Amino acid sequence: MDIQHTTLLVIGGGPGGYITAIRAAQLGIATTLIEGEQLGGTCLNVGCIPSKAMIHAAEAFHQAHHFMGDSTLGIHVEGARIDIGQTVRWKDGIVARLTGGVGALLKKHGVKVVKGWATIVDGKTVDVTKDQADTKPVRIQGEHIVLATGSVELGLPGMPFGGRVISSTQALSPDSIPKKLVVVGGGYIGLELGLVYRKLGSDVTVVEAQDRVLPLYDEELTKPVAASLRKLGVQVQLGSKVQGLNSAGDAVRVQDAAGRESELAADQVLVAIGRVPHTHGWGLEKLMLAMNGRAVKIDDQCRTSMRNVWAIGDLTGEPMLAHRAMAQGEMVAEIISGKRRHFAPAAIAAVCFTDPEVVVAGQTPTDAAKAGLDCITAQFPFAANGRAMTLESTDGFVRVVARRDNHRIVGWQAVGAGVSELSTAFSHSLEMGATLEDVAGTIHAHPTLGEAVQEAVLRALGHALHI
Amino acid sequence: MGIHIIKMPDIGEGIAEVELVAWHVKVGDMVAEDQILADVMTDKATVEIPSSVAGKVLALGGAVGQVMAVGSEVIRIEVEGAGNLKPGATNAAPAAAAPVSAPAGAPATPTATAASVSSSARSNEQTPAHGEQTPVRAEPVEALRPAQGERKSGSATASNGAAPARHGNGNGKAPAALVRAPGDKPIASPSVRRQAWDLGVELQFVPGTGTAGRITHEDLQAYVARAAQAQPAGVADQRYAQRLDEQTIPVIGLRRKIAQKMQEAKRRIPHFTYVEEVDMTELEALRVKLNAQHGKERGRLTVLPFLARAMVLAVRSHPEVNARYDDEAAVETRFGAVHLGIATQTQGGLMVPVIRHAETLDLWACAAEVLRLSEAARSGKATRDELTGSTITITSLGALGGIVSTPVINHPEVAIVGVNRMVERPMVRNGVFVARQMMNLSSSFDHRVVDGMNAAEFVQRIRGYLECPATLFVE
Repeated sequence: MDIQHTTLLVIGGGPGGYITAIRAAQLGIATTLIEGEQLGGTCLNVGCIPSKAMIHAAEAFHQAHHFMGDSTLGIHVEGARIDIGQTVRWKDGIVARLTGGVGALLKKHGVKVVKGWATIVDGKTVDVTKDQADTKPVRIQGEHIVLATGSVELGLPGMPFGGRVISSTQALSPDSIPKKLVVVGGGYIGLELGLVYRKLGSDVTVVEAQDRVLPLYDEELTKPVAASLRKLGVQVQLGSKVQGLNSAGDAVRVQDAAGRESELAADQVLVAIGRVPHTHGWGLEKLMLAMNGRAVKIDDQCRTSMRNVWAIGDLTGEPMLAHRAMAQGEMVAEIISGKRRHFAPAAIAAVCFTDPEVVVAGQTPTDAAKAGLDCITAQFPFAANGRAMTLESTDGFVRVVARRDNHRIVGWQAVGAGVSELSTAFSHSLEMGATLEDVAGTIHAHPTLGEAVQEAVLRALGHALHI
Repeated sequence: MGIHIIKMPDIGEGIAEVELVAWHVKVGDMVAEDQILADVMTDKATVEIPSSVAGKVLALGGAVGQVMAVGSEVIRIEVEGAGNLKPGATNAAPAAAAPVSAPAGAPATPTATAASVSSSARSNEQTPAHGEQTPVRAEPVEALRPAQGERKSGSATASNGAAPARHGNGNGKAPAALVRAPGDKPIASPSVRRQAWDLGVELQFVPGTGTAGRITHEDLQAYVARAAQAQPAGVADQRYAQRLDEQTIPVIGLRRKIAQKMQEAKRRIPHFTYVEEVDMTELEALRVKLNAQHGKERGRLTVLPFLARAMVLAVRSHPEVNARYDDEAAVETRFGAVHLGIATQTQGGLMVPVIRHAETLDLWACAAEVLRLSEAARSGKATRDELTGSTITITSLGALGGIVSTPVINHPEVAIVGVNRMVERPMVRNGVFVARQMMNLSSSFDHRVVDGMNAAEFVQRIRGYLECPATLFVE
């Protein structure tokens, strides 16, 4: 068998993997990247990017539809309709442009991309096959291996994917809009897609086992989202468990907190209960790496328990965020090139692209209290922000958490239309170790949603100007 | 703050214990990742022990010269984060460290324990590599708890204001910086963090003067500058300064072995030294010619392979010098084989790698073997077999050979041939002065088993071969 040799072998061409490869190549490391599907991973192909495209299209259609009635803006639209096939083609076009762009970047930097599925042979060797039937694998050896295989969608044991039961991947490429959609899981994926389908015209019911939607975020922050779901007509069944499909296969059996069972008629059931590290089916178990639950255990340099085997991104567990994987990948490439690096961010911001959007960075008031920090918390509502009024979206607020003793900011949260873009300012102030006075003394452009950031800080200091 | 323990690594080849020959750090020092902590020596080689973490040295696991078991505790380092030693689950603490660390001005270091090295090695076996600590026997755990607590409170103060000042070569100017509570992460912008990593500086020890204790680029630079600051400026004219300093250098490791060996040789063997001059002109002409002709593909020849060959031939008629003398059993063993010891200077001291069966090697094979062995000895990679078993030895200092030397016999051998400097000298041949390449051989013999006559004949034979090099190849 022919053996190809390289210095760095990256398994997986998602955001973590391709960034590792590009950065390594920039540093002069001979790099081979193995990807079985399209480059770009979950993020570009079936995650972040296509979902945002669909959210945008659904919102545009929703607005047009809204203008068919009485509009305070004085706009009137007749006969708004959507060609969902064209919408999906438009989305696929964006995905193709981005994945093609990743391919071009890898090529430009001299990364060798091998198309196929990698199977681990040992800590320095993988076999790459084109498909299941391929009996002539290509063997590749690298001094370093970066495992970046990402995560897979978690299915429900009693309700496997297939037929009416679809995953988020399928939900992003619909042939038609289902009349009735049941979404299992009230986390960010379920809500983002549930809202898309609602805005495209489906009757949507979200079933969540816990007692509120977005259970991983604090209640105050999720209230505007819950209110918006109500206003848009998304049914939400909290404290309920999905038992499976009924015998006819056209409804979902749900048991509520009191133990009462009911059926929810469904043309389609979207299961969005989370993602798990992609650890099976590619020989990872042969390395016998130390694990952290279902994830590969890593240290603050993304080293696994085996020398020169590194793991990044979703494979290493929560938070499963593309920007975390990318930062880890960049760091691993630099360590391999001989630099001293550690993964020590002050914060990794997380965003829900629901309507309204939710963003968190650093510690929440609850986190800070748990950590024994004496903190000041202050929030500023968008209802008092001029730009928010002109956007017809005054729901939500910006909240800051800072230490009482030295005023250093330890966390930010925001909910409202378009607040995802505020994450930049949040992360920046946290990484720089900014104090309340630093942000208070920074002139924020008017009229922007960002003014609410400065006002929240002024409020924490006891002298907000616009409230 | 956690404590990280580095254990004596398994050096391989079935070695169970090693001698600690040097510490490169002391208690209270800051160490960086990959910094060399200590040197240890097996009977074959010296090995460096690097640090796998960065932090402050809390305790050393042994004194220089001590023999330590593989797996025993080498050092304790206070690190940021958890470390690999969980509080309360501590094992037999800094075993033999107490005598070293206690007087070293670290009042917070626990002095409670006096467990032997072997017992600490045993308890280390119970606690696998990365410290998922299995609880150890109950008594020592209980006994240690107070000490552990004491250290914790002590390190809290030490690692804030005091540590940088002490680290700065004791110039004691700690800047007025905000004190971080223990366990608080140092606050610094990403660019400062990156620079600190590049410099190998742990930010937790850098005082932050920025708002809310932020560490600025200036703080980092000041910290590095303080750490690197040299001794205070000296007196007016350093050239004539009175010097009162003295250095005590423990004779340990290879140096101790050399000392023992030399003492043994001189104590047991009544040496006599015989010096003869050799006209090397013809041999040099041959050597230069061979090097010009074959130097590229076969490697360059020095005088040594010629001398080795001359000795191989000379011992055939003088087997009494190619021998080992066991004076306790009163037996001299003469060898047919010539295992030629080559005295070699290494960084650690004198070593004598051995050319096995020198009688089987031609000039180039011999030259290659000399090169290989001297490199192995110098890099500490020579195996035990390559360092023992010689039957006669050559010692040469090359250009530094001087005109006469009195070599010490490599006990229990009975002869050693020393090579002095080769130099062009005016000689009288047939009544006229001619310039000749002259070189002295200074050879020592064990007078108990080698008579002066035999020694002289042996050296004259060597001289004969060297002065008429053709005879080297016809016999």
